Amino acid sequence: MKYLDEYRDGALTRQLIQQVAQIVTRPWTLMEVCGGQTHNILKSGLDTLLPSEITLIHGPGCPVCVTPLELVDKAIAIASRPNVIFTSYGDMLRVPGSSGDLFSVKARGGDVRIVYSPLDAVRLAQANPNKQVVFFAVGFETTAPANAMSVFQAKRLGLKNYSILVSHVTVPPILKALLEADNVLVDGFLAPGHVNAVMGYWEYEELVKTHPVPMVITGFEPVDLARGVLMAVRQLEEGRAEVENAYERAVTREGNSAGQKLIDEVFMMTDRKWRGIGTIPMSGYALRDAYRDYDAETRFPDAAAISTEESSICISGEILKGLKKPTHCPAFGKTCTPQNPLGATMVSSEGACAAYYRYGRLQESNVTLVLE
Amino acid sequence: MSSEKPKLDGWTCPIPLKHYPTVVMGHGSGGKMMADLIEHLFAPLLENELLAQYGDSTLFEVAGQGGRLAISTDSFVIQPLFFPGGDIGRLAINGTVNDVAMSGATPLYLTVGFILEEGLLMDDLGRIVNSFGTAAREAGVKIVAADTKVVNRGHGDGVFINTTGIGVVPPGVNIAAQNARPDDVILVSGTMGDHGMAIMSLREGLAFDSTIESDCAPLHTLVQAMLRVTHDIHCLRDATRGGLAAVLNELARASRVGVEIEETAIPVQPAVQSACEMLGLDPFYVANEGKLVAIVPRAQAEAVLEAMRQHPLGRQATIIGRVVDKHPGVVLTRTRIGALRVMDMPAGELLPRIC
Repeated sequence: MKYLDEYRDGALTRQLIQQVAQIVTRPWTLMEVCGGQTHNILKSGLDTLLPSEITLIHGPGCPVCVTPLELVDKAIAIASRPNVIFTSYGDMLRVPGSSGDLFSVKARGGDVRIVYSPLDAVRLAQANPNKQVVFFAVGFETTAPANAMSVFQAKRLGLKNYSILVSHVTVPPILKALLEADNVLVDGFLAPGHVNAVMGYWEYEELVKTHPVPMVITGFEPVDLARGVLMAVRQLEEGRAEVENAYERAVTREGNSAGQKLIDEVFMMTDRKWRGIGTIPMSGYALRDAYRDYDAETRFPDAAAISTEESSICISGEILKGLKKPTHCPAFGKTCTPQNPLGATMVSSEGACAAYYRYGRLQESNVTLVLE
Repeated sequence: MSSEKPKLDGWTCPIPLKHYPTVVMGHGSGGKMMADLIEHLFAPLLENELLAQYGDSTLFEVAGQGGRLAISTDSFVIQPLFFPGGDIGRLAINGTVNDVAMSGATPLYLTVGFILEEGLLMDDLGRIVNSFGTAAREAGVKIVAADTKVVNRGHGDGVFINTTGIGVVPPGVNIAAQNARPDDVILVSGTMGDHGMAIMSLREGLAFDSTIESDCAPLHTLVQAMLRVTHDIHCLRDATRGGLAAVLNELARASRVGVEIEETAIPVQPAVQSACEMLGLDPFYVANEGKLVAIVPRAQAEAVLEAMRQHPLGRQATIIGRVVDKHPGVVLTRTRIGALRVMDMPAGELLPRIC
């Protein structure tokens, strides 16, 4: 299939891995930032083919995983109300809140629906003028333009029954936080190519000046990922720390300027809570005053007032810092599985724990696998 | 702006959600949640030696008659009721015919229960029953008992259909989930994921250049063609809910063997692959309604494959892997780039990813 087969080519991937093996002289730890990258690394088994010097750790770029418990609780409160059609991307529905998840709300009679685009939610609002339609606007910069467009359209159409529950976070602040935190063992980053397709990578140039690490804009298929690893390792071996683009077919330095303009029209930067990390200053989006009417927290003040403290059981913090792998968690695969997740990293297929559970469980339990 | 460093320690976890207090959609998905429900709720209350066969159909003998019968029941709840390649009526025949056929039996008789929702268009009901009758005649099965109930508007989804099928197993045939042996060969009868993606792309209004058609079809004549070559077939499953991944995991567990497959050997239609890429789904987890997975001894593999390819429903049949004596209960797949990974049982409902 065009644009897929050529980037999933086994021979080319192995050739790139061979080149990594030829230049690597010491151990390096790379973080792939995006959950989609983690998923594909584990699904293709790329991590098992890399030279043993290279350790990949799995970054915070899974929007489902970093959405704070409090917002899930707010979503559940809103979705439980009569007269509300609550819409969401599919994988948010299984994220556990303090009590229950959105699937449970649906089972109790709430109108919870999966949509593929927030514009479908806008259409639902048009078709159901007597219902309040709420969209769970979760995600990084990747989903922000579409979410912004839905609000922009709703305002243009004069809809009074559409709003979004905003849980938008952005990549540069969390990378900065990781670089400034103690003990974080990351030598280089594979930057999240789809975020960069929207935002470009000019923002990262400043970050690399103050915090010198290789930052390679990386795609999602095995050939893309292997190339990202190769370029990052080459920088490390040559003592360079630069922003490089290994995903030229999708990413330019400036990014999608129309998308950025739309984000800026609808959203402004704000402090955001990250699940388990706490609040990072100016790390996400909130609706601008001109669009405040479309904020579900304005429309449902009782839900907005919900405040949830998170308990501390699981070790995702250390996983995020590269100190531990999902398999180091005593609950992993035992009390915590994709059908009974203890934490959000086990829920989304992009979460590190879920990806390990689905694709990597056996290697970690030291069974030797040979397919002659 | 605060200059305080964010805390990266103690990344936290919500309260465990071990048990749902109510039934959720995932309990019907053909994955682990459904397996748990059967194991912990249904099986302890209904257990007997026949049900314990855990096959697509159950084999039993009628006292004094010799020979064995196969019986299976299935309920059909699908939206939309009409879809490219079929409708709920055709599905209700073929689904049960296939479950009976997977024990090697020739399906003969079906019973049917229709649950109709108040407000269903009589025209639609007529189309469905017409299609149901046509599919029964095509499959050579007789409808021998039938029931109709009507529920209040809002208490059904147009039409629900239950069918139960009975068939006769030819002497010398012994097909069961427990029969896979190391060195056996694994075959599929065609492309994976067609039915599930036909329904999903319709339901979600995804616009594609080409329409994906459901593969809904009765497989018993294909099974008979395979049995004409040899009775030495170890396992047969039709890869419905949970797709190929669920079938392979169930067979690996039931037979206490390992399974190793080649990802690149598994046929998938380009349009199905595209739809899966858009939704972030894996075609090996998506439902089929006219495809079977067969496990046969290596010595019989080529002959069975040839027989399948001669049959209209097996033209794209192919060998996808083998049974091994290592890692019992675990399915491994060699990826396109040559690595090995686990192909696990699906958990609950297939959820499209955010990005």
